[in-house]
Amino acid sequence: MSDALTQTNKPDEKSLATEGSPQSGRAGGLLRSTLVRHVGLMLLALVGISLLLETVSPFRVSQLGELTYFIPAVAGLTVLTGLNGQISLGHGALMAVAAYTTSVLLDQESPLPFALIILIAVAITALVGALVGAAAARLHGPYLAGATLALAVGVPGLALYFEETLGGEQGLSVSPPRASPNFATFMADVTGESLSGQKFTAYLGWALSLLVLLLLSNLVVSRYGRTWRAVRDDEVAAELAGINLGRARVLAFVVSAACAGVGGVMIAIITRLTAPTTFTLVLSITLLVAIVIGGLGSLVGAIIGSLIVVFLRPFVTDLGAEGGLNAAQAANVAPLVFGIVLILVMLLAPRGLVGSVRFAYLTRQAARQAKAQR
Amino acid sequence: MKQFLDLSLSGLTSGFIYAAFALCLVLIFRATRIVNFGQGAQAMFTTYIALDVVQRTGNYWLGLLAALVSGFVLGAVIERVIVRPVETGPEINAVIVTLGVFIGLIALAAVVFGNTFEPFRAPFGLEGFQVGDTSINLTPTNVFNIFAVVVAMAALLALFRFTSLGLQMRASAFGQEVARLLGVRVGQMLTLGWALAGLFGSLAGILIAGGNFISPNFMDSVVVFGFVAAVLGGLDSFVGAVVGGLVLGLSLAYVQGYVAPELVTLAALGILMVVLLLKPGGLFSSSVARKV
Repeated sequence: MSDALTQTNKPDEKSLATEGSPQSGRAGGLLRSTLVRHVGLMLLALVGISLLLETVSPFRVSQLGELTYFIPAVAGLTVLTGLNGQISLGHGALMAVAAYTTSVLLDQESPLPFALIILIAVAITALVGALVGAAAARLHGPYLAGATLALAVGVPGLALYFEETLGGEQGLSVSPPRASPNFATFMADVTGESLSGQKFTAYLGWALSLLVLLLLSNLVVSRYGRTWRAVRDDEVAAELAGINLGRARVLAFVVSAACAGVGGVMIAIITRLTAPTTFTLVLSITLLVAIVIGGLGSLVGAIIGSLIVVFLRPFVTDLGAEGGLNAAQAANVAPLVFGIVLILVMLLAPRGLVGSVRFAYLTRQAARQAKAQR
Repeated sequence: MKQFLDLSLSGLTSGFIYAAFALCLVLIFRATRIVNFGQGAQAMFTTYIALDVVQRTGNYWLGLLAALVSGFVLGAVIERVIVRPVETGPEINAVIVTLGVFIGLIALAAVVFGNTFEPFRAPFGLEGFQVGDTSINLTPTNVFNIFAVVVAMAALLALFRFTSLGLQMRASAFGQEVARLLGVRVGQMLTLGWALAGLFGSLAGILIAGGNFISPNFMDSVVVFGFVAAVLGGLDSFVGAVVGGLVLGLSLAYVQGYVAPELVTLAALGILMVVLLLKPGGLFSSSVARKV
């Protein structure tokens, strides 16, 4: 049955793909492949980021580093919420799982290679994501929000309960991985100055973030992405088309959790301290703010949303401090702004930035076509 | 045995408060099919207002009155101004808006009142009653808390049962179109529902605060508990919310006493999961109907 379906679907996919890309035929066969286009784009981005990292001030480097724990998690969340329609307030908790795994594994006498630690942390987070996703697959809307809210509020308690291994209220301090000698000398040769630890972490984070974006951008235009959208738009129709609703939802959650896992690994080695206070509900909601600003379901929107969140935070905090607030009060100006932004975006432009722009473009195009036909 | 009794008593007290909080969620959910995640933050904010009044006047009861009034007004304003436009949209939008209220109000409280722990006066004593020569885990303040919640529930019940206003509210919750055709001002009823929920929530907030420390985050876990209690009762029934609150209060007290206090929220999550997976319509659902 499913074989027959995929077979009948295939010609459609092809014709859609060729129709969809305007350059087809002209720009050569290679560009027609989504994979090649996306890999090229990511390599370009990597070069751009490297140039940026080498030219800006250390403070900006730290902000660019900070971005790399938001981008993977936000991108994962936007795929889950925007494309599959499942809201999750538990992604901060999933990041905590990865961050604690990373911190514990790095804290050993002779730690494993860092690449392996990343894989283990992401795998464990994906596993937790599968458990949560299995429960979440049966819930919708407010029920899912409430359940994941409980996850976000409850998980930090585990760190207090297992105080011996997880460090309790104080948390675990993390010694970030060093650059391999080869990479360090290579960078020193290219740039003419020695590679600082902070810069190395930023490079690492961007490499991981771009990898996650590459995988996700291919996934969302693949069969899986279409399946997820179908489940979001109409459960009954999707089921009639042979889609297993539960499996599609759990898979979306697992992928999203794995992305949050990458974010969790980065938050551990960037903040160098893994403590319950990092993984409050505010973190989960900040991720939500980023996807809402950017526009649900859009990866470009996820990047823009992360950028806005990361650069808005110190800006409004400074604004608060200048306005005569003390440090603790000024630190809360950012969540206040986030709350207002969440409400305003939902009231005024629920499609978010990218969604609104795309909608305006499509409406104008449709109007033009209608005119031409007349 | 003594420990079991003490835990049961404290569980019962907090159960009544969770029930009150679950009632506000149910009140709103019945009318608008929205779970108000901002409810806890609203209650936290009005408790701070009460604290301010108590500190200025030295009178607990004026503080209580201030909390109830401001809770009523805050609930009405939030419904009318920011929830009304998303009421008819996708359910995810309404969830996001209430989360915006949640995080925004908590941050606002931290900015305005400071991000510290403030002691909140209890209306009555905090010494347990003496039974024979041992003191049990039931204080005059606990008794007051239970009394206040029961009185408020009775008032709500009377409003819905015996007044024309209550009938109109029930009608608008039951079928907006029909109610509107019959001359009920549905919009006003929805606002009133949110206002009443705000009032109930602020009562729960001030009762939890009595004799404890409050901070901008002190209601965070209560939101979770109230939600779990409401879901236990099916999110749709007032009786269910009360029973759900009591069941949850007792279970969490035992977890706190016999397992570990750090795991209470996770235990609530566990209970929520079990209920949603086994009886998604709540403990009292008889038939499972699903809208396609």
